[in-house]
Amino acid sequence: MADESVGERNRSNAFVVTARKRTLQKVAKTAGEGMLFSVAFFVAVIVLFIFYFVARDAIPFFQICGFSEFFTSTNWYPADEPGEFGALAIIYGSLMVTLGSAMIAVPMGVAAAICLSDILPFSIRQYAKPVIEMLAAIPSVAFGFFALVVLAPLMQDHGGPMLMWGWWILVSPFLLLSVIVIADLLTANIKDEKRRQQRHWMLLIALGLFSIFLLFKVGSVLNGIQILTGTNALNVSIILSFMALPTIVSVSEDALQAVGRDIREGSYALGATRAETIIKTILPAASSGILAAVILGIMRALGETMVVWMASGNSSHIPEPWFNYLEAIRTLTATIAGDMGEADQVTGSARFHVLFAMGLLLLIISFISNLVSERIVVRQRKILSGQ
Amino acid sequence: MINKLLQLVFLLAFSVTGTADAAVKTIVLDGSTTVGPVAKSFATYFTKKYGIRVTVSESGSGNGAKSLINGSCTIAAMSRAMKDAEIAAARKKGVNPVAHVIALDGLAMVVHPANPVRSLSKAQISSIYHGTITNWKDVGGANARIVVIQRESNSGTQDSFKELVTGKSMQITGGAETQSSNGAVKTRVSTTPSAIGFLGLGFVDSSVKLIAVNGVLPSVKTVKNGSYSVSRPLYLYTNGQPSGPVKQFIDLPNTVEGKAIISELGFVNR
Repeated sequence: MADESVGERNRSNAFVVTARKRTLQKVAKTAGEGMLFSVAFFVAVIVLFIFYFVARDAIPFFQICGFSEFFTSTNWYPADEPGEFGALAIIYGSLMVTLGSAMIAVPMGVAAAICLSDILPFSIRQYAKPVIEMLAAIPSVAFGFFALVVLAPLMQDHGGPMLMWGWWILVSPFLLLSVIVIADLLTANIKDEKRRQQRHWMLLIALGLFSIFLLFKVGSVLNGIQILTGTNALNVSIILSFMALPTIVSVSEDALQAVGRDIREGSYALGATRAETIIKTILPAASSGILAAVILGIMRALGETMVVWMASGNSSHIPEPWFNYLEAIRTLTATIAGDMGEADQVTGSARFHVLFAMGLLLLIISFISNLVSERIVVRQRKILSGQ
Repeated sequence: MINKLLQLVFLLAFSVTGTADAAVKTIVLDGSTTVGPVAKSFATYFTKKYGIRVTVSESGSGNGAKSLINGSCTIAAMSRAMKDAEIAAARKKGVNPVAHVIALDGLAMVVHPANPVRSLSKAQISSIYHGTITNWKDVGGANARIVVIQRESNSGTQDSFKELVTGKSMQITGGAETQSSNGAVKTRVSTTPSAIGFLGLGFVDSSVKLIAVNGVLPSVKTVKNGSYSVSRPLYLYTNGQPSGPVKQFIDLPNTVEGKAIISELGFVNR
């Protein structure tokens, strides 16, 4: 009996909040919230400061040289007296490798994410995802070294066959899929079952033969190409796509996982196959997350410096013809890194400020694309929730 | 980039160890990648002999000049003479740059070993770098487009090349690839069959082929007797006349060991 009452007293003491304790809690709460707020505020202020300081040094360039030369000329001779600061070819180079790496990394990354989240069994996924994420931990200078010392000579010596095999491996699954889908779509309206089957097979064979012809024809053309210089836009695009892959795979896999089990099971319950579930249910539901992943990956490629500086060849001209990925190019980031040393305030003012103008341009591009992706994500969410 | 990072690390290390005393305990050397091998060998030898630490970073001649002007290095290594603008900037900050020639260096034109071309005139080289000659067959080689390789704008080697071969006012074609060190140029030329580039003579080895300029092949002998015209002095710059250990370091090229280091690395003694 005595024991019980002691226990009761202790228990009730535990729940009694003394005035002192209450004050302490209040102080702790305010301090904690204040600290969290100041950290968040600090981060926001840093972003503003970066904008301010880059813009502060970029604006003098436009005051000295104006806008037209920077954006319309391809003559980049900053060291001359007087210097020429035409950055068009450099801006073009940046966009070119970003687009190139996106074209490789986005289909591969999204496909890998789907495979990881919906197709592979859990036990394999457990090991596969960390391995892919390890790609992100490789320092970019190691990627650059690989591009310069291994990939570049390889491209020069075996460029044609490499392009051909790349074409076959990348394009044949897509062609196969599209042949099947097109044949299905074209014959879907035919009422008579027997005629439909007949038509279907005829279409399949015709389209199949055509795509095999296409595969071999383009493949043999690619096989005949001699790559003159291995440090080119294609080399950089490939390496940058490897660097963007872990981001794209990891973030879009998370987005796919976030689509609940209930939605998947609902789809199966309605009689959908796994392919239909993935394409018609899960992908649309996860599309905003996948888009965010893609933009993050592209930003990684646009902002990367070391690999580009080492492996792009750094020649400031627009390739001939304009879509030729086998020529050396130069990007904004590499130009900033490469020219910063010489560009002192004392030795040439415009030359120093032009690099900040480039930095500002990069900042604005990434800011706008972030904004756009944010808008799309919000709109997508609204559509999906049926508003 | 790496050089710049290293430079930063050294700068930080330097600023931590103090300023006034550090000039005696440590010598900080910054600048040309061409002078780099000599500077590093000198540093190793110097540290062993006198017990004074010498940090060497290679960030390009332009950066070397900048570091000397900013007071962040004791010695600037440069593969070109300081420009008037740099000297003026130095004076304005109270720095008095004094040049010391430590060695001579030939600027070698190099191509892939499989390239049949043996000799080019200065005019031909200029046309190649200007972009008016774009195919090897126009200068007696195979029918292949020329991959032109130059150095970045920080490079003293690039400045020397323009001064000695193409003329300062000529604009190098936008199609020219840019590499950021002698080593990177050598790697690119040795792996690219139709490339042409230029290197400090000390960097040339059997992985690339030397081209005779105006009929003369670069070598220690032809650079020394002046018959190979594309050569230049390599400099160490100090703030005012050096004294103490810095003077000992600057005077290394006059010693037997210093001369041995220079010729071992493929550079030419004065």
